[in-house]
Amino acid sequence: MAAYIARRLLAAIPVLFGLTIIVFLIMAMIPGDPATAILGSYATPENVEKLNRDLGLDKSLPEQYFIWIGNLFQGDLGRSYTLNRPVLDEVMERFSATLILAGTSLILCSVFGLLAGIVSAVRQYGWADKIITLLVLIGISTPSFWLGLLLILVFAVNLRLFPASGMYAIYGGGDLPDLLHHLALPALTLSVVATGVIARLTRTAMLEVLRQDYIRTARAKGLSERKVIYKHAFKSALVGVVPVIGIQAGFVIGGAVYIETVFQWPGIGSMLVTAISTRDLLLVQGGVLVVAAAYVLFNLLADVVQTILDPRLR
Amino acid sequence: MNDMSPTRSDTGALLDIRQVERIFGGEKKLFGGRTPAVHAVQGLSLNVKKGETLGVVGESGCGKSTLARLVVGLDLPTSGTITFDGEDLTELAKQNRNALARKVQYVFQDPVASLNPRKTIRTILEAPLKHLTNLNADGREKRLSELLQAVNLAPEFLERYPHEFSGGQAQRIGIARALAAGPELMVLDEPVSALDVSVQAQVLNLLDKLKDDFGLTYIFISHDLSVVESVSDRVAVMYFGRLAELGPAREIFRRPLHPYTNLLMRSAPAPGRHDLMSEDASAELPDPYNPPIGCAFAARCPRRTDICVAEQPAPDEAKGGQEHIAACYHPLGTA
Amino acid sequence: MTETTLSAPAKTKPRSSRPGTLALLLNNSLATGGLIVLVLICLLALAAPLLPLADPDVTAPADRLMPVFSEGHPLGTDHLGRDILSRLIWGTRVSLAVGLSATIIAAFFGSLLGLVAGYAGGRTDTLIMRGIDMVMAFPYILLALAIVAVLGPGLLNALYAIALVNIPFFARNIRGITLGLSRREFVDAARLSGKSPVQILFLEILPNVLPVIVITMSTTVGWMILETAGLSFLGLGAQPPQADLGSMLGEGRKILFTAPHVSIIPGLMIFALVMSINLFGDGVRDILDPRLRAGSLTRPVSRTAVERAVGDIPAPSEKSGVLDVRQMRTEFQIGSSVYKAVGGVDLNLAEGECLGIVGESGSGKSVTAMSIMGLVPTPPGRIVGGAAYLDGEDLFAAGDKRIRDLRGGSVAYVFQDPLSTLHPLFTVGDQLTEAITTHQPMSGSKARDKAIELLSLVRIPNARERLSAYPHELSGGMRQRVCIAMALANDAKVLIADEPTTALDVTVQSQILTLMNGLRRERNAAILFITHDFGVVSAICDRVAVMYAGRIVETGTTEDVLANPRHPYTAKLIECVPVLGEPERRLDAIEGRPPVVNNLPAGCAFADRCPRVGASCRSGEIDLEMSSDTRGVRCFFPLAPGETA
Repeated sequence: MAAYIARRLLAAIPVLFGLTIIVFLIMAMIPGDPATAILGSYATPENVEKLNRDLGLDKSLPEQYFIWIGNLFQGDLGRSYTLNRPVLDEVMERFSATLILAGTSLILCSVFGLLAGIVSAVRQYGWADKIITLLVLIGISTPSFWLGLLLILVFAVNLRLFPASGMYAIYGGGDLPDLLHHLALPALTLSVVATGVIARLTRTAMLEVLRQDYIRTARAKGLSERKVIYKHAFKSALVGVVPVIGIQAGFVIGGAVYIETVFQWPGIGSMLVTAISTRDLLLVQGGVLVVAAAYVLFNLLADVVQTILDPRLR
Repeated sequence: MNDMSPTRSDTGALLDIRQVERIFGGEKKLFGGRTPAVHAVQGLSLNVKKGETLGVVGESGCGKSTLARLVVGLDLPTSGTITFDGEDLTELAKQNRNALARKVQYVFQDPVASLNPRKTIRTILEAPLKHLTNLNADGREKRLSELLQAVNLAPEFLERYPHEFSGGQAQRIGIARALAAGPELMVLDEPVSALDVSVQAQVLNLLDKLKDDFGLTYIFISHDLSVVESVSDRVAVMYFGRLAELGPAREIFRRPLHPYTNLLMRSAPAPGRHDLMSEDASAELPDPYNPPIGCAFAARCPRRTDICVAEQPAPDEAKGGQEHIAACYHPLGTA
Repeated sequence: MTETTLSAPAKTKPRSSRPGTLALLLNNSLATGGLIVLVLICLLALAAPLLPLADPDVTAPADRLMPVFSEGHPLGTDHLGRDILSRLIWGTRVSLAVGLSATIIAAFFGSLLGLVAGYAGGRTDTLIMRGIDMVMAFPYILLALAIVAVLGPGLLNALYAIALVNIPFFARNIRGITLGLSRREFVDAARLSGKSPVQILFLEILPNVLPVIVITMSTTVGWMILETAGLSFLGLGAQPPQADLGSMLGEGRKILFTAPHVSIIPGLMIFALVMSINLFGDGVRDILDPRLRAGSLTRPVSRTAVERAVGDIPAPSEKSGVLDVRQMRTEFQIGSSVYKAVGGVDLNLAEGECLGIVGESGSGKSVTAMSIMGLVPTPPGRIVGGAAYLDGEDLFAAGDKRIRDLRGGSVAYVFQDPLSTLHPLFTVGDQLTEAITTHQPMSGSKARDKAIELLSLVRIPNARERLSAYPHELSGGMRQRVCIAMALANDAKVLIADEPTTALDVTVQSQILTLMNGLRRERNAAILFITHDFGVVSAICDRVAVMYAGRIVETGTTEDVLANPRHPYTAKLIECVPVLGEPERRLDAIEGRPPVVNNLPAGCAFADRCPRVGASCRSGEIDLEMSSDTRGVRCFFPLAPGETA
């Protein structure tokens, strides 16, 4: 088991390296003189020359890559010219905010998605199934950014139950209840789509599993229907759903970009959008790299969980 | 079509398999060492005479399916040679696949799975005609109706799809496809195992008739001893990738030499037979990743001695009547 | 004899009993609703240049932010005074076009990669999939953002970004299917027919993959529309003056509190569009799923439904026996057809006796065995008549809890394929102890001790270590022994074994048969043994019943039935099997095929294939005539002893 985890970690390293190459190449595709593009309105001749030296932008592409990677290992992701701050600092701060949002969402959508899927499968064609199916369909068809706006209108503006934006109240906030109060609407909006996907998949997985021979054996042994479903069927279905939860983490992060924009949540998604429009390319680069690396590691975790569940994979 | 008498057996071997080995895995890994290797077929030497039916019997893990794929060119041996009518079959498989397919054909175990569910029977049967023969459209049409007649299927079946057929009919289509290009040798891999008992007999009788009509040579693979005994001229018994015993069908089951053949025979249930020979539960196949040095059957064999565990017996270690050999140091019928 | 018809007997082909495509689709009202909405929206979008709409780009600051239902502007105006209705329809046009294009691009390149990777295998596959993995390592939106960051904002760039980011999804899916198909026998057959790899890939494999591609496209097109709208919402997609639904939403966001309709309306349109696509897509997917067409993709309930007519319950027979089945009838409702799988079966099993049920596929032998404890899946199966008495208790009238107590307790099953019968994710020990504690509550360690005892009983060596093994780590013979141990866990009176040795090698089969025989004598358990093999029957069964087309056609002691079969079917069945030691025996095939049990002929079901058929055979019921306590035959012209069919 430990050996398996070690092997998977080792296998993740080339992927992470590949990530850095892709990110680097994308940035290298910027048309025109990179230094000027990066510095934008700060592109004075001296600054341009300095940047060229720092990043080795006048050297060949592979050399640039190694300089960049070297800097990366020292924790130096460059400096954001719009914010006048090291990229690493900004990215880390924003990333933790996104982690809170996306993390909460992921937990919500896993728990509700799994439950909804099981109920839907067990009460197939009953009214619970029909309602859940409809809700799921609505969930995956709704643009999350639009839903966020609607929820703000209803709950924040009209009913004044929740704040309309931000992570903490500007005055007198900062503690946990305040955070949760601000977290409610965005986390809910963000989980809608992923819950739907997971619910659907769990339903299908459960239905497939319930047709298997070993479920018939469980019944033939005289087990109660509850044991058959929650112990035997659910475990098998979970094996198929866990990797999807891993992938959904990616979609949750994706959705976070919209949600952070709509709710002005100070996360890495809104940072990226701003950085793109202000052409702060080093910030974009740093943000993409950190999020992608976190995603790879999360999927690694999902793989390990799946292997724990299913001994045939070892 | 050939007009050969099916009993002529002195023209020499049509198919000559010499010291063939097929190892799966065993590749060099990135950081040294090798991946675990399975010796599916080891040191196998056999020949098949023109016009005969050679039965190949064995249980799971004996290598008979691997052997079938090697003969037909769907797989290549790791070492050893296979010669067909004097030509190196392996080379042919690599250079000119189609030439090989004209001479050696295959009938699959699962008849419905061997037919592409999205093609009509006409398309399926025409494929070998188009690629392996140079008949024109008229010639192909004629051949199609010849084939259907040979396997007793109505001409309107050409326009149907595989899922519309029963197992027995689907197998006839598979046989018709194999015959299409006029092969000399047919490898039949468990051709009746997936069929109902009453349909099995139909297909076996058909195969018999086709062999006579077209002068074919058969390699008939099965796990069912009684089927093999009733269709074969000679029988090869395989165990753990090697040849355990080879002999005439009449002899091999009446007077088996190898203890494994004896075990097989006495384990097979038959109507009217009440007592089955059975071993206890620890009798299992050896580990394919860790093959034993000596005889693979030694662990289960009541007649084993030290030499059996230490050294691999040669395939013709024991000799019985005409052309009856067994890989055993203490064959039955001796002390 | 030439088979000239596809279905025997030569009746007119009945109207297909499976639900037809159109019927299924229209039955699903949600899907139809989705289709209608979708068609409406598409027509609107396509007709945009022809409709009398205001110019969507003309600004009129004086008319800004007029509410809905204003004069001249049914949906109001936006912050620049432009007519929202017109912008909505033109924007929908753009969103649709972009969404569809992105889907087609992603589907094409993704499927191509998937096909090549799946079929070529080896290095090519590894290379392609590593590349795909790299791209998938990015949460898709990050990649899209990064691409747009580099190329600059714009609708076309957004399209490329979204398409590129979805290629891996297609590639992975299609590769999976292709991989499975490449190993199928018809691909080998195509190779042997002389086809080249390229021909095989595109002519053999692709037609089988195409439905999956279409289905995957239908699941993603809604998603792509959402995503391109999202990028536009962020200002990275459509740039002014070009507008799609997303950018309309984005622009309206700033005035959300004062004029919400500017944002809500385009969002509503996106929602309607994507929802209708998904509804319709779901409906189409359900149709293409072949399992649904067979009417059987519903989950089985815990017990077979019993629908007997109340006055119609036969009394138990006078013979005392631990299991007494009387006139049992089980049917399957598939589409509009009723399959009479078991058409009236009588069985009697005495204590400690082994009764074999022999038949070919479709004879109803398995369904008979499963019906006894209600294990036939309920849609589509139902027990429609008869009774099964276990020690005098009517099983079909018993409550669910009572049946659960009996299952695994008094009546235990052994099934055919031990690999699929044992739960792959639980250890052998866990499954065994569960079987024990369900009926005999005891502490965990006591249960484990009993489990070890049971494993030794079935002669599994190293029983203690085996408890922590998983089923896939054991050989076929070992697994079946575990299944037998599970069946014996609670001293069952009756063991129902459904072809327990068919999937095993011959030497393993004899081990299992010897074991079962020994155990039943030791524990005085009765066995109901289902098989198709007369040899197996000889080895273990005291009596045998032969089934054909859902009914028992002959019964008697094993010796008697095998030596002197009376029913022509039994005789022919015995004659068509080769026997070891008699290679000269001519195999006498039975002409024709068994009837389909949803279209049974009047009279004897075997009449069309019987060499002894007479006029009276084709009309009326033929009873099972018992010539002695155990011997019976269902035939008007049975064979005399020594006679051949």
